[in-house]
Amino acid sequence: MAVVTLRIDGQAVAVPAGSSLLAASRVAGLALPVLCHLDGLTPVGACRLCLVAIEGQGKLQPACTSEALEGQVVATNTAELQELRRLAVELFFAEGNHVCAYCVASGACELQAMAVTVGMDHSRFPYQYPLRAVDASHPLFSLDANRCILCSRCVRVCAELEGAHVWAIAGRGRHCHLVAGLDQPWGEVDACSSCGQCVEACPTGALFHKDDSTSEKHPHPARALQRRRVQDLPPRPDR
Amino acid sequence: MATALELARPLEPADEPAQGRPAPPARQLRCCTASGCRAVGAEPLVQALRRAQELAGPAAHGLVIKSVGCLRLCSRGPLLAWDGPGGPALFALGSTDPGTPPGAAIGPGPAQALVLAAATAPGPDGLAALDLAAGWPPQPLPQGTPSPGALPGPLAGPPPGGGGSSQAPSPGGIGLTWELLDLNHPFFALQQPLVLEHCGLIDPDSIDEALARGTYGSWRRCRSQLSPEAVRATVRRSGLRGRGGAGYPTGLKWDTVALQPPGPRYVVCNADEGDPGAFMDRSVLEGDPHRLLEGLAIAAFAIGAEQGYLYVRAEYPLAIERLRRALEQAHQRGLLGSGTGLELELRVGAGAYVCGEETALLQSIQGQRGQPRPRPPYPAQSGLWGAPTLINNVETLAAVPVILRRGAEWFAAIGTDTSKGTKVFSLCGSVLRTGRVEVPMGTSLRTVVETMGGGVPAGPGAPGGAVKAVQTGGPSGGCIPAHLLDTPVDYESLQALGSAMGSGGMVVVGEAMAMPELARHFMHFSVEESCGKCLPCRAGTVQLEQLLDRLLAGLAEPSELEQLEQLCRMVKATSLCGLGQAAPNPVLSALRHFRPEFLAAYRSAPPQPALARAPWPAGPGAASDPGGRP
Repeated sequence: MAVVTLRIDGQAVAVPAGSSLLAASRVAGLALPVLCHLDGLTPVGACRLCLVAIEGQGKLQPACTSEALEGQVVATNTAELQELRRLAVELFFAEGNHVCAYCVASGACELQAMAVTVGMDHSRFPYQYPLRAVDASHPLFSLDANRCILCSRCVRVCAELEGAHVWAIAGRGRHCHLVAGLDQPWGEVDACSSCGQCVEACPTGALFHKDDSTSEKHPHPARALQRRRVQDLPPRPDR
Repeated sequence: MATALELARPLEPADEPAQGRPAPPARQLRCCTASGCRAVGAEPLVQALRRAQELAGPAAHGLVIKSVGCLRLCSRGPLLAWDGPGGPALFALGSTDPGTPPGAAIGPGPAQALVLAAATAPGPDGLAALDLAAGWPPQPLPQGTPSPGALPGPLAGPPPGGGGSSQAPSPGGIGLTWELLDLNHPFFALQQPLVLEHCGLIDPDSIDEALARGTYGSWRRCRSQLSPEAVRATVRRSGLRGRGGAGYPTGLKWDTVALQPPGPRYVVCNADEGDPGAFMDRSVLEGDPHRLLEGLAIAAFAIGAEQGYLYVRAEYPLAIERLRRALEQAHQRGLLGSGTGLELELRVGAGAYVCGEETALLQSIQGQRGQPRPRPPYPAQSGLWGAPTLINNVETLAAVPVILRRGAEWFAAIGTDTSKGTKVFSLCGSVLRTGRVEVPMGTSLRTVVETMGGGVPAGPGAPGGAVKAVQTGGPSGGCIPAHLLDTPVDYESLQALGSAMGSGGMVVVGEAMAMPELARHFMHFSVEESCGKCLPCRAGTVQLEQLLDRLLAGLAEPSELEQLEQLCRMVKATSLCGLGQAAPNPVLSALRHFRPEFLAAYRSAPPQPALARAPWPAGPGAASDPGGRP
């Protein structure tokens, strides 16, 4: 097996050739912030939180979609990156309707955890308060689009693992939204096998079990790396 | 240097034997029926002229009336070029009623007069003397008769360099004007038509006319005499760079695709011209579609592709119609399709600006949602269905046939050290002469905007004349202030000023336009056209637009300037594709060159109570956001 060696935040790492920078950073013991990435799904590089600075490249690159190459020198946590990540999380909170106080996922929400990770305690950008809907037509699960961050994990898990292709994103720009089937109520989509993987893949409380109430949506144990409880997070960086 | 509208220019080193080529007709009216002139009635005008010719009988038999592509000076349309003794000459038909397209207003009488005059006038000046109301041949006016239908100045604009002009009220009461345009005016004289060499001369619906001018000659020569390596070497030596905006060396891109491991390859023409104020590619698509097909065919030959796609935006219905016809004709003549080893297919976009981004365009061709994906891998390595794919812009491909015909060295001699050849610009905005200009790279902005375009026209409350800035590169570019107008137009110079060559849209900005307003205009465009895949572009542009909204409403605190700049940097540094990364450019370049205008707009007084109640202007669409509708 071909191996490449590179330096990430000063640490020398060896990974199999073809690994992503995200995988390499995990070998180095780093937990790069990610929201759209989920192990096992095709990376899309959409949330822009795992951007890293590669020496000699002018542009920041997403670690999830970039291949680790021999001799690279990568920085994952510069002051610039910290500031960019905080701005990104502020934009996430401002574009949707995220109210932790009565969210099913509070305490186990990746967006909430991300806010703590990047040290975001308030958004400097005004909240957009978009008018979004709730779809409770499915017998087992519900979609609350107010909490959707358009990471497309549900879309990918349904297409790539279940092969049901229930979910898609429609619209453009700020009008992007999740649609089920042919833009139908979720409960009417015959293709849905009610496997619940989309609910498990959802980083926030947008997709949830109907019988979950506030703070009752808990991560699947296999996703420990992805979902970290707020209380387990390292202290927030000095700002 | 040849003028843009010269008809009888001898064909350059002929690829084709001259036998069998139809001799150019002695008298000819070439009527521009491209989109610009169409908007002012070019279609009904041509129909009226053809009807009049039928009715006129033998007197007008010697005249050929044909429909051609762009004749360049779009603001004066509908335009008619006349070939005959002493010609060619260019005429503009105008109307005294701004609400009536002149082409639609022409009645049978004036149409007949025009046809008879074109068929019998002794020369351009004789034709210029045509009085559309009085008929042809001209009757001497009784002494003291006032000239009918005098025009207010700004409507018609001064004719480029003068020339004859006459006005006549048509029987319907709408005055028509008929004016000879001066082809020696810099607007025409400084043009060097190379990509547009046949645009305006040939009927785009006729493959015979294209063939008569040597189109497909280079394609035939490729197949019979040249190797793909030789073609690529020629393009590499010519120094041609991508005309879509980024300026990547074309020969290098072709080599990269050609040298991929064996297997299928694709070639794609990006005709998704979407920048506001950009309409250069449309002139090729509408005026000389066979040239583009030839360029695409040569590119396919050079990289070993057997399948190619033309991706045209749906907003160009005429271009689509003409391309479809051109494809059909080329297949019928055996120039494409079975036996030639190349299939070309037309794909029509669905209205997304982002599909001009190459990876999104490929997704769209594959039938998927048009969204960019991270690069690498570049399409040259992994494009359509995972195969190496060459994507070139319309203008890039349209330059290829002439490079092969006249040689790389000939092409490389035009332009500057780093930017070779010519560039087509669409000149628009606050400029006297709106239209398309093709000039050598390195021509200064001042030459294009002031000498050729005539600068900012006079208008109500503005004396006119002074250019404030020129916006290039659309929503990905920036503005160049008046004091830098002597900048030569090439890739590096424009980039150094914080703008971009872009695809070639050149929007002239007059003193009346506030730069923050212009910045907001482009930001609004980016908000509407963001595909929504990555967060910075989807949510960041919305916040940027609102920051600019607040500024323009006089509600912004000085501290918000820092926030504006910070967010601009964030969107630029972190967006996924080139469009998102470039979306803040109009704001950043306006801040760079016109900072005092921004500073003056920030308020320093505490907000008034009335304003404090409603600090946010309702964002467009805020109430109708369909987001999340399941």
